[in-house]
Amino acid sequence: MSIQYLGLSEINGPLIALEGVQNASYEEIVEIIIDGKKKELGRIVECYADKAVIQVFGSTDNMSLRNTHTKLSGHPMEIPLSTDILGRTFNGIGQPIDGLGEIVSDIRRNVNGQPMNPVVREYPRNYIRTGFSAIDGLTTLIRGQKLPIFSGNGLPHDQLAAQLVKQASLGDDSDEKFAIVFAAMGVKHDVADFFRRAFEESGVSEHVTMFLNLANDPVVERLITPKVALTAAEYLAFECGMHILVVLTDMTSFAEAMREVSSSKGEIPSRKGYPGYLYSELATIYERAGIIHGSSGSVTQIPILTMPNDDITHPIPDLTGYITEGQVVLDRNLHGQNIYPPISVLPSLSRLMKDGIGAGYTREDHQDLANQLFSAYAKVGDARALASVIGEDELSPIDKKYLAFGRAFEEEFVGQDPNENRTILETLDIGWRLLGLLPREELDRIDTKILEKYYSPQE
Amino acid sequence: MVRTGEIYGINGPVVYIKGNTEFKMAEMVYVGNERLIGEVIALDKERTTIQVFEETTGIKPGELVEATGDAISVTLAPGILNNIFDGIERPLSEIAKDSGAFISRGTKVSSLDLEKRWETHMTVAPGQRIFGGTVICEVQETAAIVHRCMVPPEVEGEVLRVVPDGSYTIEEPLVVLQLTDGTEKELCMAQKWPIRIPRPTQRRYACTKPLITGQRILDTLFPIAKGGTAAVPGGFGTGKTMTQHQIAKWSDADIIIYIGCGERGNEMTQVLEDFSKLIDPKSGKPLMDRTTLIANTSNMPVAAREASIYTGVTLAEYYRDMGYDVAIMADSTSRWAEALRELSGRLEEMPAEEGFPAYLASRLSAFYERAGMMMNLNGTEGSVSIIGAVSPQGGDFSEPVTQNTKRFVRCFWGLDKSLAYARHFPAIHWLTSYSEYLGDLAPWYKDHVSKDFVDCRNQLVTLLNQESSLMEIVKLIGSDVLPDDQKLVLEISRVIRLGFLQQNAFHPDDTCVPMEKQLKMMQVILYLNAKAKALITMNMPISVLKQENIFEKVIAMKYDIPNDKPEMFDAYMKEIDAFYERVLEKNA
Repeated sequence: MSIQYLGLSEINGPLIALEGVQNASYEEIVEIIIDGKKKELGRIVECYADKAVIQVFGSTDNMSLRNTHTKLSGHPMEIPLSTDILGRTFNGIGQPIDGLGEIVSDIRRNVNGQPMNPVVREYPRNYIRTGFSAIDGLTTLIRGQKLPIFSGNGLPHDQLAAQLVKQASLGDDSDEKFAIVFAAMGVKHDVADFFRRAFEESGVSEHVTMFLNLANDPVVERLITPKVALTAAEYLAFECGMHILVVLTDMTSFAEAMREVSSSKGEIPSRKGYPGYLYSELATIYERAGIIHGSSGSVTQIPILTMPNDDITHPIPDLTGYITEGQVVLDRNLHGQNIYPPISVLPSLSRLMKDGIGAGYTREDHQDLANQLFSAYAKVGDARALASVIGEDELSPIDKKYLAFGRAFEEEFVGQDPNENRTILETLDIGWRLLGLLPREELDRIDTKILEKYYSPQE
Repeated sequence: MVRTGEIYGINGPVVYIKGNTEFKMAEMVYVGNERLIGEVIALDKERTTIQVFEETTGIKPGELVEATGDAISVTLAPGILNNIFDGIERPLSEIAKDSGAFISRGTKVSSLDLEKRWETHMTVAPGQRIFGGTVICEVQETAAIVHRCMVPPEVEGEVLRVVPDGSYTIEEPLVVLQLTDGTEKELCMAQKWPIRIPRPTQRRYACTKPLITGQRILDTLFPIAKGGTAAVPGGFGTGKTMTQHQIAKWSDADIIIYIGCGERGNEMTQVLEDFSKLIDPKSGKPLMDRTTLIANTSNMPVAAREASIYTGVTLAEYYRDMGYDVAIMADSTSRWAEALRELSGRLEEMPAEEGFPAYLASRLSAFYERAGMMMNLNGTEGSVSIIGAVSPQGGDFSEPVTQNTKRFVRCFWGLDKSLAYARHFPAIHWLTSYSEYLGDLAPWYKDHVSKDFVDCRNQLVTLLNQESSLMEIVKLIGSDVLPDDQKLVLEISRVIRLGFLQQNAFHPDDTCVPMEKQLKMMQVILYLNAKAKALITMNMPISVLKQENIFEKVIAMKYDIPNDKPEMFDAYMKEIDAFYERVLEKNA
């Protein structure tokens, strides 16, 4: 039996207040019926003895203080789950929108999730080959990692993510069970279509679950979309033992939605108007990645975010970088030079890389080679700065060599053909070939034995 | 009679009770039907405000809040070491047994193992007068550490009865004593202490002993004293956590308390895995035997994150009272400050800078002041050193947490983004960092390392400073136009940067370097500098000097000379002499 409450006491943007409620609980899901026809879902975000503040996932248009019926569900937001969700498309709150009917299952999970106990986590060590030299060689992706792509508007992050998902999932161990969970928050229709097409073309769409909240869908719905997607991912990974790659795009829209709701709740803003709990809220999403002891599955996250005005110190990329295990940063300058993927290697980083590469995983020289490439490429920056002041001709011979190395590095190592899928050994060999452009005494990050084995100078 | 109140409102981790409830400030309470742990943080006639250390999803108005009478406190007894707790001292491995891979709410587990029987050696006898801090018994807590159970600070009296040596649980009464007012009191191993109140000591000593970490840039350039405080600020990816891990692994403290405050879950797993495998060079036992982890990862409830820092420092003070040197790694204090901000926002307090509450500075100072080299109540000497990571927003050191922290710490190890981008680790920048302990520690270095240690160190710093001002010129016009003596400064500074400051945490020898090797390395570099300088003053061009591979050789000595063979440095000195002669001959 369920009580319905008639009318509301306040409507303010996506928030409505209901007075005289009995037995409402915090974070409970409610159903709101407008004029006896249209149904919307909402969530209780503040709760007092006789009053509840509800965040509506849909639109509050047409609601008046008298024409609504509100029904309490008695539980927090839940979604039904089974392996049937693979190959299906849902909206931002987990309702099917592909016309193939409801998911029927006894298994229902609370989308809010619970923190994973650090004691049962297994430290991620197996690398995933993505086929991109800049990622495999320098910011290696590890199974169970959360590695965001920091991008800007107009940069090819979608293309990169789609290709990455395709090549990673069809990688060297495709016999294992894998699936992709794709969550779109506030993305354009074109982008959603692009991903759908990309999945179809690469023949993985049977293994993809999509959660779409598009740019013109209700803003508040976006706040729950990543949680719904990750609940599905956790179910598939830890209960069905699959390797799940989660793509979340665009986290900036998620944070913007949070700011919008926070401001209509009248909360005290911290940096740039974002609520003080932005970090905690982002963490509850990003931390839902990893591997659990004794479970054969894993959740690997690739969130995509567009940095407002390409500013990496903006609160969204900044806080993300503090939570995730590294980042892949795209660069407008490289994109302008037609280099694909335009990955800016210096600020890019994979924190888990050190334990997932080297002898037994990739090759013994991988770590040293990566360090040396980073260090040499950092010097390229110095040489270029100097060249822009005194002119390239005035540079010392060694600085000139660095300039040549820098150009070759960007074109041959970072840059590759769209659809080129390099093996890790190809990547490492290109790295050594490029280091051959530099004299041996400049290579100060490499163990002498490894240097002797792999280094050969070229003119 | 149990004091209770009815929940009136819920907003995130904050719960309100209407009316005057007679709860006490900072009292621990059980909230709701699931009995979540909470703390009273504000009281007035109309309402009581409570912060809850667990998720509040599903709590309803009308559920009961029950007072416990105690402040939020930790249980202190054997079993703390080699363990991992959440922010309010609940053991995570027990929680995992109880609720599986994910942490559910309202788990009821006791902080320490109450069943385990510890082999106990009693150290007091009937008739003895004992007071706060007196050691009543000793327990071998882990293979490396003896746990000394003490009389709680405010208790004093005469021992009436003592149990014989044997195996006891932490709650069994061991000693009965007669208090000064004539009543009898039973003492067991366990005692409780509120986390927000510093444990009392007799007095504070000056910090005159360094905390040796095996990290060259720290020990030699910017040392921290035992009982000192240091801040490690840096943007993401600059190596804060790595620096903390290195200190936790290799420093010569007796006990390490590692607080993962609002950081990554995988990082805590890594510490747990690594430290169980790694062997402490001092005791020969696994590092976990001297370590306690407090893990409140970023997705765990925010109020417990705020408490985790205090839980950690209280555990540290307890081991200090036994006479141990304890080092706390707090990673990261910014997350703690943000937890303060988040709760402050929920309470609708007036924000100060960037939304942080105005009391940020006083909370920070109260935390860092709990460090120190102390004379304990029982007369032993012990220290708590605090090394706090700071994660400034956007890597900008002018933000409030970094600035306020800077006021209360005496060591500042500033991590630099451009060094990290070039993979120069540890990315501690030698120009922005400082240590105020250098003067206090100079006598120790003189007695225990070498007379000219401080002098060598200063020469190194001078060279690096000269390099930085020369680089200003080089950036504008290139290095070719510099006179040779200045080119030599650049070359030697390169040797210092690559050969000395850069340290490889993954190299078996280089990860931790003893003081003797640090000194010898410095001496070799400075000797090379002196000889090369002599050649330059004789008008030998620097290009001739650089044809010799001596500079590269000196850079590589950190790898080429094993830590236990300092005598190999003599060969380097000879080689530098030979280099000097060779250059002279060739260009005579």
